[in-house]
Amino acid sequence: MKLKDIVDIVQGTVLTKTFNGEMEISSGGAADLMSDVLAFTREGNSLLLSGLTHQQVLRTAEMSSISAIIFVRGKQPPPPVLELAEDLSIPLITCVHSMYHACGLLYKAGLPDNGVAALMDQ
Amino acid sequence: MNKTSSEKKEINELTRVQELVYELRVSEVMTPRVITVSPESTMAELMSILRINRISGTPVVREGKLVGIISIEDLVKAYAARRGNDLVGNCMTRKVVAVRADELAVQAVNLFAQYGYGRLPVLDQYGTLAGILTGSDITRGLLRALSQRYHAEEIRRYRASHIFEDIDSADTTLMLRYHVAPRDFDNGGQASSKLKRTLQRLGANPALLRRVTISAYEAEMNLVIHATHGGEMIAEIGPHRILLRTEDDGPGIEKVEEVFNPGFTTAADWVRELGFGAGMGLSNIKRYSDNTYIESSPATGTRLYAIFKVSPIEADADETKG
Repeated sequence: MKLKDIVDIVQGTVLTKTFNGEMEISSGGAADLMSDVLAFTREGNSLLLSGLTHQQVLRTAEMSSISAIIFVRGKQPPPPVLELAEDLSIPLITCVHSMYHACGLLYKAGLPDNGVAALMDQ
Repeated sequence: MNKTSSEKKEINELTRVQELVYELRVSEVMTPRVITVSPESTMAELMSILRINRISGTPVVREGKLVGIISIEDLVKAYAARRGNDLVGNCMTRKVVAVRADELAVQAVNLFAQYGYGRLPVLDQYGTLAGILTGSDITRGLLRALSQRYHAEEIRRYRASHIFEDIDSADTTLMLRYHVAPRDFDNGGQASSKLKRTLQRLGANPALLRRVTISAYEAEMNLVIHATHGGEMIAEIGPHRILLRTEDDGPGIEKVEEVFNPGFTTAADWVRELGFGAGMGLSNIKRYSDNTYIESSPATGTRLYAIFKVSPIEADADETKG
């Protein structure tokens, strides 16, 4: 699914200059627990939805090779986070929907889950 | 929907080309030496100029100033009307679409698309003719810029990835040391970010890179969150093994045997509100590394060791073990 289609589906607003609408996003995930993202995200061009807007969401995306981030409930990250996003070339998007609603819209549109459900070795 | 690595690479290349189109200036891709013709030349003279230089059109210039443009099409029309001795000034197109040398190449691309012309005269800031631009000039310029950039990064990578072959010793280890400040949540992760970039240059394969950087990030955040005075994160990189370790001087962990149990945490509420401290960090590190060891006591602080084997076949393996 193209990133520009994803923005349309969640009626989102792009917050960064870094944005390539043609970028292919192959899966998505949602979390406010960064360790969950680090533990469960599979490699690939994936999207993260989160209600947190601080630097560590971006760092987590960087380490997990996540391609784009959507903030839910209309949240706006502070300017240093926007700067870091440009440095890391990770596009940031905000949308007014709740996390549940935004995920539902994307899942219904056919964007698959990007993670393993639980760790089998625990 | 998963992309193969070659498809992924294609997408990356494409974005790089798109970036370049938005960076290249007309002056970098134009042909600066322009064959011109004076409006006082005859169409017969124009014909021999076009033929000798194997071009299909040329700007018309009077005393350095662009006054029109004339093409082979105008020549054919003139000959059809038996006006071979007429002057260029009477047959040329006077309303000329031109680009400025300091404009972006992408603006020229738009003009080509808009007007369907084969060439555009290029003017400098004083309106003097500075060059001429065709569609293939832009293509050639893009290819040149792309290959220069590609080579620069390739050379950097090549040099870095051969460091272990170039240094002759029984055992070569590259040691990277990062200081991690306590409670500095805004800047936490910078050390892991730098380590990731270094490992990329050293040619680490994506699966190993991911295992090491996620572990480093969890370990770094532990220092930010827990260590009284922050600590050090050290990566010892060898050709067959990476040892990642962190050191701090307190407060230390009382029940060190419990730390790898998922959910074990001593994190404060403010840490949890920021999305950390759920007791997953150390178990993540254990899962992503080949061997993990921790020693800690309230008297000495904490030392964490995580070992990653570097095997050449790992390139194709899944990113997680088990």
